[in-house]
Amino acid sequence: MAALAMRDKSRNASSDLPALNVDRVSAGYPGNWQALDKISFSVNKGERVAVIGPNGAGKSTLFKAIVGVMQISRGRITIFGEDTHSSHTNVGYVPQQSAVDWAFPASVFDVVMMGRNRHIGWFRWPGKRDRAIVRDVLARLSLSDLADRQISELSGGQRQRVFIARAMAQDTRLMVLDEPFSGVDQTAEQEIIESLDILTQHGITLLLSTHHIDNAALRFDKILILRQRLLAYGPPDAALTAPNLRDAFGWVLPIMPHSDGLLMFSVDYDGAEAVNGSN
Amino acid sequence: MDPISFLTEPLAYAFIQRGMLALVVVGGISAVVGCFVVVRGLSFFGDALAHAILPGVAISYTASGGYVAGNLFIGGLGGGIVAALVIAWLTRKAEVKEDSAIAIVFATFFALGIAIISTQSSYAVDLSHILFGSINGISQNELLTVAGMGAVVLAIIALLYKEFQIISFDMSLAHSLRLPVEFLRVLLLLLIAVTIVASLQAVGIALMLALLTTPAATARLLVKRLHHMIVIASLLGIISGVVGFYASYYLDIPSGACIVLTMSVIFGVVFFLQSSWNRFSARE
Repeated sequence: MAALAMRDKSRNASSDLPALNVDRVSAGYPGNWQALDKISFSVNKGERVAVIGPNGAGKSTLFKAIVGVMQISRGRITIFGEDTHSSHTNVGYVPQQSAVDWAFPASVFDVVMMGRNRHIGWFRWPGKRDRAIVRDVLARLSLSDLADRQISELSGGQRQRVFIARAMAQDTRLMVLDEPFSGVDQTAEQEIIESLDILTQHGITLLLSTHHIDNAALRFDKILILRQRLLAYGPPDAALTAPNLRDAFGWVLPIMPHSDGLLMFSVDYDGAEAVNGSN
Repeated sequence: MDPISFLTEPLAYAFIQRGMLALVVVGGISAVVGCFVVVRGLSFFGDALAHAILPGVAISYTASGGYVAGNLFIGGLGGGIVAALVIAWLTRKAEVKEDSAIAIVFATFFALGIAIISTQSSYAVDLSHILFGSINGISQNELLTVAGMGAVVLAIIALLYKEFQIISFDMSLAHSLRLPVEFLRVLLLLLIAVTIVASLQAVGIALMLALLTTPAATARLLVKRLHHMIVIASLLGIISGVVGFYASYYLDIPSGACIVLTMSVIFGVVFFLQSSWNRFSARE
C-alpha cells in the first residue's frame, strides 16, 4: 500500500493544466478519412466524461488518437500539457473487448504487470516493488482472488476490471475506456462502475464511450456527443437536449423528468437502434 | 544390448556427438522462438521464411562450386534477413493482405533458389540435403556457429521478453506505452529468421515449421502463462532432439524426420490425454 500512497502524493503535485486538451483534431483511416472532423474539447483533472454517439460516430477513432494508437491528420492533442507525439506514457487505454486476444497465454497478474513496463525499464525483469504494486492494484479492485486465473476464464465484467487494473498499475493519470459496458450483465456493470469510482477517488481523469445514455447522465460530470463533429459538450442536463440527440442519432429519444432533475431514458441505445432500423 | 551401451554406443565418435548436440540446441532454441510464432499466429510466416532462405543458401552453394558446408549459414542468414524484411515491409500497411504477401515472397524466393541451385551438376542430392537436413558430418565450427546464433537469439529474447510479450498480446498497449512497436516487430521476425538458418543443417527447410510450432503448441496445451510455455516448449524441444537423435541412429532415418516425428508423437499424446481429461472432468 505504501508504494501506491507515494504515487498518489506525486499525482497531487501536478499543475492546473487540463488533463486532456484536444485542439481542432481531424483523423481518419482507409475507408473513412473524415472519421473525426475538427474536434476541440478540454477535460479537467479528475473529471468523468462520457462520450456518446451512434455507431461509426468516431468514438473509437477519437480514443485511439488520444492514446496514440492512431495518427491524427490535423490538430493537436495534449495530456497534462504534453504533446501526445512526445514520449508521455501517463494515459491508460482499455480497448474494446473484441479487440483483445483472450486466448493469449497470460494470467491476470501477467496482464496487470504489463502496465508496469515503462517503470521497470528496458532490458529488465519485474522486481519486488513492481510485484507489490500489481498485488496492491488487484486488491484495490477486488481482483486478488483472480490473480492466477488465465484471462480466457474471466467473465466480461472481470475482463474489463483487469484492464482497468492494468492501466492503474501503469500509474496513469488519464484513463480512456472504449465501451466498457458493452456485452456485460447488470451485476458486472455495477462492478465496473464501482471500479470507476475507485479510479475517481485516486484522482484519475476518466473518458469513456458508452451506449447507455441513462448511465452516462447519472454518473458522469460531462457528456460529449460525437458524430464526426462535436455536437455538444457539457454537463448532462445541458448536453442531453432533444435537438442535440436528434442531430446525433437521427431520432428523438423518449425523455422523462427524473426525481434528481436529471434526464432518464427509458429506451437504451441498442433498443432504439432497432426501432430506428425498422423505419 | 544393455540400456547403457544402447545410449553410449552412438556417442563413441566425436562427429556423432556433435550431431546430437546440434539437434538438442536446435530443438531447444526453435521451441523458445516458436512460442512467439504460435501466440502471434505466425506459423505461415515461419514456413514461408524457411523456404525463402533458399536463394541465399543457393548463392553460397554455387559460389563455393557446388559444395554444402558452413558457408551456407552466411548465405542463409542473408537470404533470411532479406526475406523477413521484404515480408515486414509488404505487411506494414494493409495494402496487401498479410497471407497473400507472405505467399508471394515465399514462392518467389523458393523458385529463385531452385533456379540457382539447378545450375550445379550435383544439385539433386544437395537440394535434398538442404530441404530435409543432414546432421552427419557437422563440423566443430558449424556446431559453434549454431550454438552462437542460438545464444544471441536467447539473449535478445531474455532482454526484451516483456516487450515481445506486449506486442504479441496487445498492440494498443504497446502504442500507448510508446514502445518502438515497428522495431520490435521486425526484430522478432529477424530472430525467427536467424533460428531457421541455425536449424537449417539439422532439419532442413521443409520440416523447419514443425520445430517452430509443435513443441510450442504442445506446451500451450499444458500451461497458461507465456514464460511457463517457453520453459516447457524448450524442454520438449530438447527431449525431441535427444530421442530423435537415437531414432535416427538406430533406424537409419534422416535426423530431421526423426526429431519432427518425435515432436508430433509428444503432441499427439498430450492432446489425446488432455481432451480425455477434459471430457472426464466435464462429466464429474
